[in-house]
Amino acid sequence: MNGHTIRTIYAKELKDSLRDRRTLISMIVLPTILMPLLMFGLGTAASRIVSKARAASSRIMVIGGEDSPGVRGELQQVGKFKIEDATPGWKGLISDKKVRAAVEIPPGFEKALAQGSAPPVTIYDYQGELKSGIAADQLTDFFTKLRDRATARLLTEHGLPVKIAKPFDVARKNVAPPEKVGGNLLGGLIPYIIVMLCLVGATYPAIDITAGEKERGTMETLLCSPAPRSDIVLGKFLMVLTGSLSAVFFSLVSLSCTIVALGSATSRMAADGPPGLEVPSIDPMGLVGVLAMILPVAVLFSALVFSISLFAKSQKEAQSYLTPLIFVVVMPCAMAVLPGIELTLGLAFIPVANVSLVCKEMLSGIWHWGYIAVIFGSTAAYAAAALAVAVRMFGREDVLFRT
Amino acid sequence: MIEARLLTKVFHDRKRGEIKGADSISFRVEPGRIYGLLGANGAGKTTTLRMLATLLKPTAGSARVAGFDVVKDADRVRSSVGFLAASTALYARLTAREMIEYFGRLNGMHDGPVRARVEALADELDMHDFLDRRCDSLSTGMKQKTSIARTIVHDPQVLIFDEPTLGLDVMTSRSIVRFVRECRDRGKTVVYSTHVMSEAAKLCDTIGIIHGGALRAEGTLAELLASTGQADLEDCFVKIVAPEAAA
Repeated sequence: MNGHTIRTIYAKELKDSLRDRRTLISMIVLPTILMPLLMFGLGTAASRIVSKARAASSRIMVIGGEDSPGVRGELQQVGKFKIEDATPGWKGLISDKKVRAAVEIPPGFEKALAQGSAPPVTIYDYQGELKSGIAADQLTDFFTKLRDRATARLLTEHGLPVKIAKPFDVARKNVAPPEKVGGNLLGGLIPYIIVMLCLVGATYPAIDITAGEKERGTMETLLCSPAPRSDIVLGKFLMVLTGSLSAVFFSLVSLSCTIVALGSATSRMAADGPPGLEVPSIDPMGLVGVLAMILPVAVLFSALVFSISLFAKSQKEAQSYLTPLIFVVVMPCAMAVLPGIELTLGLAFIPVANVSLVCKEMLSGIWHWGYIAVIFGSTAAYAAAALAVAVRMFGREDVLFRT
Repeated sequence: MIEARLLTKVFHDRKRGEIKGADSISFRVEPGRIYGLLGANGAGKTTTLRMLATLLKPTAGSARVAGFDVVKDADRVRSSVGFLAASTALYARLTAREMIEYFGRLNGMHDGPVRARVEALADELDMHDFLDRRCDSLSTGMKQKTSIARTIVHDPQVLIFDEPTLGLDVMTSRSIVRFVRECRDRGKTVVYSTHVMSEAAKLCDTIGIIHGGALRAEGTLAELLASTGQADLEDCFVKIVAPEAAA
């Protein structure tokens, strides 16, 4: 192995890649814009959609209630509702999102309510549909208030204090520090995005400098040089690793800036909000920990995509081979996002899933050093094995001259 | 010098089984001589030359290039060889200068000597006008000059050309042929593969006719014509590789 040759090959690959727009997009642009886009862009868009849906009036159908004109009248008074009598196909209208929800007022409801014992009111909605859910919540709120008023009136009529119906309040308070709250909220998502970017960052350079070179005829030119094949593979591999780590680095820098910006925005909101409201944050050491844990993952991904791309005859073929790898990575990576999944010794040996889970913990400020050592060690071992496969594959004529 | 002894290469194909890309090929080329490998497409020229350039390992037989064994001293063989083929392309995003310097460094040259060598090659091949242009913006002729400079940047003793004029226009082809002659005149050992009869006739001191992976005949142009009783190389070639078609 010759350090001069490896450096020469790496420097050339780096220069070549930095002149390629597609590599720059996957290494720098995408990782930089993805985090703010996800956190600010999607968050803002989602909150606008919800606000708009809440502000808009809801088309509601009322089933029955002809003998409860008072209740119907009160419903009409609520500005958010456009009340209509139910038509025969009202269920279909809700499913087709033409009507947001329906409410069934049972016969004799108003009269029974005056006596203090009314039959149940049923609200119909489209489960999981945002606007229907909002309308159903608004209807629930209306009938809850109606019930509270009826209770208060009955108690007053009987000379009892209104407080008797609600002798005490229940309060909930968060005791977890802000970084644990933030880690729990974002800790699953951040490793997922970073691990995926780690793979995406490696993919394009790997395809370009292996299958791409075979397709363009420059691989044969390079193989004619006296550079040993192990040096060529290491020089090229370092470039793929650079692509992967660049994607991680730029995404973490972008994430830090996004969190700082998001933190100051939420601090302002918290100052105006109820007392004791915590502003979620991320443990800065957690981000350093994520960067350290992602190193062997980047080596593993770089070696894998390098070997797979090298086997392909063309860039198109390499892309078709690498697409299934994305799904293979997504599944263990998504484990960290699932609620209730905790790191165990068994899971500590499952590649990708282990790193996602430990990163989630580190971002919450939890440091299980035993697991961290096992995960770093096992991932480094997998990475070394994958790199050995890449070096071996580069020595195979049937791979290099596959036509 | 090049010395090939019973060089054989067998490829394994799942559908077609074993395929002999080269079958017991032996020849010898002295410094200051051009050896032409003449054969149709798929005859085994590229496989033979790739074994000499150490890109492929022989299944059987042996070869020595510039005194080094192609299997045991593959790295030293590559240091002594310049290999130019129609299939050896340039890095599109590098400039011509960067391309030549890169291969100089891969051949162990340091910054100072490699820069001086690039300037010398640019003078010799008249490349100054496009030396700092990216290879993807060069004309075919400019690309070919860059490829030649890349091939000889380390001043190799042995030059292997695998159909270097394939797909090139007449003017560019002529410049390649002229360059190959100059290499011979400088005392280099040259192997030149082609399927163009006129090129082989004009250029090569010795011609080996290869067909079906095997060397069918070898000699100077005059010897080959005399042995087959033909007046030109094309008829001679057909008589050797497909006697029934010549009859």
